[in-house]
Amino acid sequence: MNVPEDLLYTESHEWVRRDGDTIRVGITDHAQAELTDVVYVELPKAGASYEAGGAIAVVESVKAASDIYAPVKGTVMEANSALESNPALINSDPYGEGWIFLLKMDDPAGLSGLKNAAAYKTAIG
Amino acid sequence: MSDSAEKRTSLYDEHVKLGAKIIPFGGWLMPVQYSSIREEHQAVRTAVGVFDISHMGELVASGPGAEEWLDTMLTNNVGKLEVGAGQYTFLLNDEAGIIDDLILYRIEDEKFLLVVNASRIEEDFAWLRAHLSGSTTPATIENQSERYAGLAVQGPKVGELFQALFGSEKEMPARNQIASFDLEGTKLLVARTGYTGEDGIEVFFAAGDARRVWTEILGKGQSLGIRPCGLGARDTLRLEMCYPLNGSDLSPAHNPLEAGLGFFVDLTKPNFTGREKLLREKEEGLSRRLVAFKMKGKSPPPRPHYRVFRGGHEAGELTSGTLSPSLNYGVGMAYLTTPVPKPGEEIEIEIRGQKFPAMIEKKPLYKKS
Repeated sequence: MNVPEDLLYTESHEWVRRDGDTIRVGITDHAQAELTDVVYVELPKAGASYEAGGAIAVVESVKAASDIYAPVKGTVMEANSALESNPALINSDPYGEGWIFLLKMDDPAGLSGLKNAAAYKTAIG
Repeated sequence: MSDSAEKRTSLYDEHVKLGAKIIPFGGWLMPVQYSSIREEHQAVRTAVGVFDISHMGELVASGPGAEEWLDTMLTNNVGKLEVGAGQYTFLLNDEAGIIDDLILYRIEDEKFLLVVNASRIEEDFAWLRAHLSGSTTPATIENQSERYAGLAVQGPKVGELFQALFGSEKEMPARNQIASFDLEGTKLLVARTGYTGEDGIEVFFAAGDARRVWTEILGKGQSLGIRPCGLGARDTLRLEMCYPLNGSDLSPAHNPLEAGLGFFVDLTKPNFTGREKLLREKEEGLSRRLVAFKMKGKSPPPRPHYRVFRGGHEAGELTSGTLSPSLNYGVGMAYLTTPVPKPGEEIEIEIRGQKFPAMIEKKPLYKKS
């Protein structure tokens, strides 16, 4: 499984790329492999605010719908509209074109609870 | 649920070796997919796929009174079955609720094989045994599920695979027929049946032979593009055909008439469990019917238990739903209160609080071009 060194990770298999007080979020290679065949993504609306751990998006495979959670408290800046017509980008490029949303953090200190790559690798075995 | 609570088929280790994702289903640990539900689905629609169906149950009824007795226990007409023939049928409770849907084969003049759903094996067996005990009927019922393993081989290339396995001079049994074949010393019961809408066979054999038969089928099927297929593809394939799934579309709360499966109920038979109730229902009119629908336009995939609205009023809920891999739009089935809408009429499906338009469709949803 691909677990890039420069990202942070959640228990619920989201990855986080920080750029100042904004984070880009998607689901990990491990998560997309578990879900397989993503067929629909319900994206959050720009401007909507979420608590840390709040259900912010839904990724659906043929078999099941899975909630995606906000890694920290914040406001949605943008969602990846390319996923509307091509949800399989989550499978083919989970850390790149398969990103799901940009979140402006209320307090970047919230990131301290996330895992680094080594800890996430351990967590997924 | 812990792993120890669920049973494993004789092929469990083979599934794990092939990288299958395993889920609990009907008391068993079964492969839901090996690589991709969509790819496995397409393999069955365009080439051939093999499914482990060893979790399904095999009950055997025998004796000079077996035919007459089964005819009172099941909805279809057992008398119409010649030796070597099978029929889809229902086991009903006294209120005509569906205990199980199954295939009944007459394998000898006085010997019948009942292939039943995995989650219903114990219940079916207990029900049948209870109805037999105390009666003077010269018949016996045995649960032989542990002794059998089974595979479903499904897809347009099944005929080629069959001949690769058994010899080019051999023919598959006719539709719904069952016959014995020899696979390099292993005795197999081969039935021309399936749950996918494609041509196919279901084979049953001693559990100890499972690995050998599985390996042989995958090996001989390789040049035909065979894929091992899991429960995920089994579900999308059957739903495109509107074949009901026990526990979802069928349950003791439903009867075969409202499920639209009256074809497999012979109400002209003088006596079978549930008959009175079905006749009464038919006279009074059914209160609901199982309909098929497709989503109109873009929507999340419909899923079981989503609510259905008609003209703004709640009219029922989904019992099955998925994104159809063949059609590439959402499809499903739901029990709707009568009078049910006709094909072409619009309904709405509520998904996470939002209503999406859908259209009633004729069954099956998928028709081979």
